[in-house]
Amino acid sequence: MLVFNYLVFPGLLFATVAGLLTWWFDRKVTARVQYRVGPPWYQCFADVVKLLGKEVVLPENARRTGFLLAPITAVAASALVAAMLGVYNMNYGTGFVGDIIVFWYLLAIPSIMLILGGAASGNPLASVGSAREIKLLLSYELPFIIVLTMAILKAGTLSLGGIIEYQVGHGPILYSLSGVLGFIVALICVQAKLGLVPFDIPEAETELGGGVIYDYSGAALGAFKLSKGILFYTLPIFLITVFWGGIKIGDGWGILWAVLKYVLIIALITLIRNTNPRLRIDQAMRFFWGKLTLLAIIAFILSAIGI
Amino acid sequence: MKKTTLPIGPFHPLLEEPEFFTLYLDGEIVKKVDLRIGYNHRGHEKLSTGLTWDQVPFLVERICGICSTSHPYAYVLAVEDLLGIKAPPRGQYIRALIGEMERIHSHLLWLGLAGHFIGYNTVWMWSWRYREEILDACEKLTGNRNHYAMCRVGGARRDITREAMDFTMGALDSNEKSTNMFLGVFADDPVLHKRLKGVGVLTKEDAIAYCATGPTSRPSGVPWDVRQDDPYDAYGPSLEAGAWKVIVTENGDVFDKAVVRVLEILESIKLCRWLIENMPDGEIDAGVGDIPPGEGVGHHEAPRGEVIHYIRSDGSNKPIRHKVRAPTFVNLPTYKATCPGHTIADVALITASIDPCYCCTERIGVVTRNRTSSVTQDDLVKLSVEKTREMEKRMGRKSGLVKF
Repeated sequence: MLVFNYLVFPGLLFATVAGLLTWWFDRKVTARVQYRVGPPWYQCFADVVKLLGKEVVLPENARRTGFLLAPITAVAASALVAAMLGVYNMNYGTGFVGDIIVFWYLLAIPSIMLILGGAASGNPLASVGSAREIKLLLSYELPFIIVLTMAILKAGTLSLGGIIEYQVGHGPILYSLSGVLGFIVALICVQAKLGLVPFDIPEAETELGGGVIYDYSGAALGAFKLSKGILFYTLPIFLITVFWGGIKIGDGWGILWAVLKYVLIIALITLIRNTNPRLRIDQAMRFFWGKLTLLAIIAFILSAIGI
Repeated sequence: MKKTTLPIGPFHPLLEEPEFFTLYLDGEIVKKVDLRIGYNHRGHEKLSTGLTWDQVPFLVERICGICSTSHPYAYVLAVEDLLGIKAPPRGQYIRALIGEMERIHSHLLWLGLAGHFIGYNTVWMWSWRYREEILDACEKLTGNRNHYAMCRVGGARRDITREAMDFTMGALDSNEKSTNMFLGVFADDPVLHKRLKGVGVLTKEDAIAYCATGPTSRPSGVPWDVRQDDPYDAYGPSLEAGAWKVIVTENGDVFDKAVVRVLEILESIKLCRWLIENMPDGEIDAGVGDIPPGEGVGHHEAPRGEVIHYIRSDGSNKPIRHKVRAPTFVNLPTYKATCPGHTIADVALITASIDPCYCCTERIGVVTRNRTSSVTQDDLVKLSVEKTREMEKRMGRKSGLVKF
């Protein structure tokens, strides 16, 4: 059962399909906003399948092991998050104390693998990208952990299942002032975790030509794309689970409501990505450690006094 | 931190054209920038001396795909300078109209590229969409979206119809709306301000020292514009009528460079309207025959700055020498003053902000076995003197050059 959960549903396979469809949705909406036709629904699958079937070119001065292990680990970690999230949402009791901390760690792994992969490739542009990814990771984790702590304090439990149960009893965390603030902060952090504009600084196509993934090709690049696709599905679900009452599989309308919430979050992410220019890395750090951390702390204090 | 070098080019996903940047980095801060060009040399000046006077405009039109009317415009002005004639009024107005339409679509193209460079792909797609209207109008006016072939020695090559002019008026109206929208975006978007203001400041002194022209110098408070300083063709009457003005701002940063271009689009729209409304009737072509021996210079305010063409005739049906100076040639070196001290992210933006066109610029390519060799100013002068001597020998004239 565990293997099935991890590899098929709700883990690797399901998350891949859902994530790539989400990615297509994002691309299609973006295209329509920009007066373009946009890709057909299977475009992301075609991209990934094609990449997986292509030769991996190893750069001469790359460190082999790190270079090839990084994308695989990234996929494995993001699939694990997807599987755990799905299982918890289907059965609140499966969690263990402190599993939200495990989630936090697992969600950081794809970024860390990007850093490792970029640094291992031995390309100057990729190493600049890696340096930027480190700075970005350090900057968005601070407000992210503060708002997670806020949710933990509100629910009074360290397990994700407990947080969902609390929300079933008391209504979603989002339906309070502190919840709204926390959700906004978390959403912007998710934007950075996904590496989308205005936080696509480590990849910065027009500055670094791909940055961290500059030297990746073939299946290794495909794996990174896959990991990004899975995160595209997982992170919004994580937001829904922590702030918006989770996905109630049980009753009939629950699924529809969950899909609506999901689409809304994706639409917000797409909107942010299409109405902003890319920030500079120092500006991004100042933004996360300054304004956003302040907002997170305000949300924290508000939740502590019960608003 | 250890100093690293970052090579970008000659063929690189970042670059539209082949050129080779070397960035000397300290962390993410760029300490020094080196640039190598010469990958795109096509020998236009040499080719030009093999074509007849009337064929050359078609060749020089292909120096640049974006400002494709600037080069033939400057060339025909140079030949008219040699002849000492002026085109008939209607010919002048037609040429100026095409020149201004080209400025509008070139600036919109740059605006889109600038948006792409800062990751704002929506601006990119939108401004290129609005550029389509202008290109459609160009097609109605001249038959082509981009290479118009409207300039001819002594006037315009083809007449334009009333219907096409009406269509153009409609395109200008709708384009004015969208350009005002872009102006609003630049005025209001706080993230754009954060990203562009105070970046890559070119001071007035530096702009003058580097001889920057066009939308690179005008944001720095240097009011150079050939259309105003030496009004040729229909630009003189339009200036007197107050149909447009030269846009000058003071800050010299990337933000101002963008704003100047957007405002110039609006001024060009006004000028186009004035030209269409006041389009005189009559001949479009002066009917030039043989070209006598002599030399002439013509300059035109291209979208990127002043473009200068020099031609020399020995009385035959071909120019014996044709010299082209594109605006990027003088705008490009300003990166020496603007780039150091900025991050990589900003340097990508600053180099894009002068709207470089490398294929316009490249007039010389030196190929040696030793790849590190470079050509100094003295070498260039020496080459040029040798070339002039050779030409004078062929023309059977005594050298008027001082001994080098």
